[in-house]
Amino acid sequence: MASSLVSPSPIPSFIGNKKSLGSSAFPATSQIAIQKCKKQVSKKIVSVMAPQQSERKPATTGSVKTGMTMTEKILARASEKPQLTPGDNVWVNVDILMTHDVCGPGSIGIFKKEFGENAKVWDREKVVIIPDHYIFTSDERANRNVDILRDFCTEQNIKYFYDIKDLGNFKANPDYKGVCHVALAQEGHCRPGEVLLGTDSHTCTAGAFGQFATGIGNTDAGFVLGTGKLLLKVPPTLRFVMDGEMPPYLLAKDLILQIIGEISVAGATYKSMEFVGTTVESLNMEERMTLCNMVVEAGGKNGVVPADSTTFKYLEDKTSLPYEPVYSDAQASFLSEYRFDISKLEPLVAKPHSPDNRALARECKDVKIDRVYIGSCTGGKTEDFLAAAKLFLASGKKVKVPTFLVPATQKVWLDLYTLPVPGSGGKTMSQIFEEAGCDTPASPSCGACLGGPKDTYARMNEPKVCVSTTNRNFPGRMGHKEGQIYLASPYTAAASALTGYVTDPREFLQ
Amino acid sequence: MAASLIRTSYSSAFAFSSPKASVYSPSVSPPSIKVPAFSPLTVKPLSSTFAPHAVRAISLATHATLTPSSVPADTSTTTFHGLCYVVGDNIDTDQIIPAEYLTLVPSNPAEYEKLGSYALVGLPSSYATRFIEPNETKTKYSIVIGGANFGCGSSREHAPVALGAAGAKAVVAESYARIFFRNSVATGEVYPLESEVRICEECKTGDVVTIELGESRLINHTTGKEYKLKPIGDAGPVIDAGGIFAYARKTGMIPSESN
Repeated sequence: MASSLVSPSPIPSFIGNKKSLGSSAFPATSQIAIQKCKKQVSKKIVSVMAPQQSERKPATTGSVKTGMTMTEKILARASEKPQLTPGDNVWVNVDILMTHDVCGPGSIGIFKKEFGENAKVWDREKVVIIPDHYIFTSDERANRNVDILRDFCTEQNIKYFYDIKDLGNFKANPDYKGVCHVALAQEGHCRPGEVLLGTDSHTCTAGAFGQFATGIGNTDAGFVLGTGKLLLKVPPTLRFVMDGEMPPYLLAKDLILQIIGEISVAGATYKSMEFVGTTVESLNMEERMTLCNMVVEAGGKNGVVPADSTTFKYLEDKTSLPYEPVYSDAQASFLSEYRFDISKLEPLVAKPHSPDNRALARECKDVKIDRVYIGSCTGGKTEDFLAAAKLFLASGKKVKVPTFLVPATQKVWLDLYTLPVPGSGGKTMSQIFEEAGCDTPASPSCGACLGGPKDTYARMNEPKVCVSTTNRNFPGRMGHKEGQIYLASPYTAAASALTGYVTDPREFLQ
Repeated sequence: MAASLIRTSYSSAFAFSSPKASVYSPSVSPPSIKVPAFSPLTVKPLSSTFAPHAVRAISLATHATLTPSSVPADTSTTTFHGLCYVVGDNIDTDQIIPAEYLTLVPSNPAEYEKLGSYALVGLPSSYATRFIEPNETKTKYSIVIGGANFGCGSSREHAPVALGAAGAKAVVAESYARIFFRNSVATGEVYPLESEVRICEECKTGDVVTIELGESRLINHTTGKEYKLKPIGDAGPVIDAGGIFAYARKTGMIPSESN
């Protein structure tokens, strides 16, 4: 059952053409109007057609082409096919392959076993190797894994290897970046229209740049290392239209938690999630990255945001490689469309133990917490820390629980210490955090988002209740199996730190 | 190690060369069910409580022979038989293999084995019966039965690898997260089979089950019930061959390794 959902109130369409959507009656709610699909969504494509203006004579238009979504177009171009339909299995040329310290050694092992000890990667400039997961630890295997990456990069003359040797002082490593998904963006490896694959589920983050980006396993990565291609199935697209001005207490994290809570952790399995609308257009790149980052938490294959002036401006000083953005055709077919009036949304959390266990932050105000964690590719970027700093500044108070800050990359860490926070009279984020009593910002890496070796900073080694800006809260995610993780936006995390309870940021921001 | 596994397949030369294939002699038998001793070609019949077609499936196995690798892969006689371990919905990769063990590199044989010893150790303590007993490194359950969205979460290939290294041969779930499904096929570590109904609600850990791949059928000998599975399709031969690389080489898609 493909559901098409239309909000009853008139909302200006993002796309120029007026689309007549097959709509089924549904009860209007104050937030969003949605029909819960209990059964598996069928593969029936709901055709969204612009009304024909004039009769089209075949002779004048050449071969008939059906409209394609952004994802279909990107894959069509990458597979050198003029036309693709969801369900097609195609060999796709890969523009960038990323791997890190956890999956890199395994992928390298497979590459060497299958293509030969002396085999060379398909393109030394298209493989980006970013140690970031288990870095600042004394775990010998973890340290060895970074060495394995280094040996491979040396042997293969890999152009982009963000190495780290001095684990005691991250600043002593000029090449080291930190969290792979943030580094990919900051170093200009994300470009509209391209195909980016990574050995990490949150590779979908790069979809924020209007490209096809998804996570793969070691074996697939080993295959790409040797051939530069991968067999992929074209996913159908779910479209999420978000319109309305973003309230000052909401962040992209709240938007994606709203969506995941709505469609569930398997709601987008094998599908592409396309985010459009005036709200999306108003988001900066890092906020768009947060949106696409958690696509995988809904089971999504990839997420996309159409590239626009915000994208181009961000990329200006980061990449000199040419790129060509693609956009969904007006006549493209989407599996379903969901519409949101953002002005009606409220700050959310995902309660233990699932990212789709959505609840209003204000309804959890009696939940006592033990700690707050601000970090990861989802919530440890500069914009995330800026948001937290703004809230601390607005309150002027001190945190009541240990508040861990783990900047995603060296650049983010530097921003914490150099960027002035608007409205603070020239204070930096680090100063505001210090005054609020937070922990000193830690060495940039994935940190405790996924637990890690036992000596990882901020790892949850006892059963605690934590509000976190990270992406998953399944049992044991941050370490202890009985730990309780509430996923939240940086605003909500900061607010909760100030009260010692799960707290709606409107208590401090309005 | 009580998993009795009867697995016959014409591509077994590949299967047996992979690290995960092993022969288990049962050291622990469930109290009321006779688990046949495993030997490669001969199988003692199961007790009389089993349905006739199960016996037929087993006797098919006795006639199959291990032939050289030149015979093309054929899943029509592949059967799995053993104890099942039942889990719920949304079993994510952190429960299958907690992140702290990801420093183990799957392509390293010693670390591959170690990964197996940690399979499903992340399941909460509400799972009183553990997948792998304390002080054991292999599981006695060759089949994992799950609910919806099995394998959700991370792209870590360590997840299907850990299950395969532990001794699981197949997962039967209501549905899968895509990266886990893809990784299972690419590595050839476990068959990711899909059930038509929620088998996880009708089976219990320790039930003796048989999966007939060719018939796309699961038989629970303990309850006497039979279930239709979705056909494994093109993924079957890939897993039979031992993963996408082995399959690609076998079918001539890519040249054999130079060394």
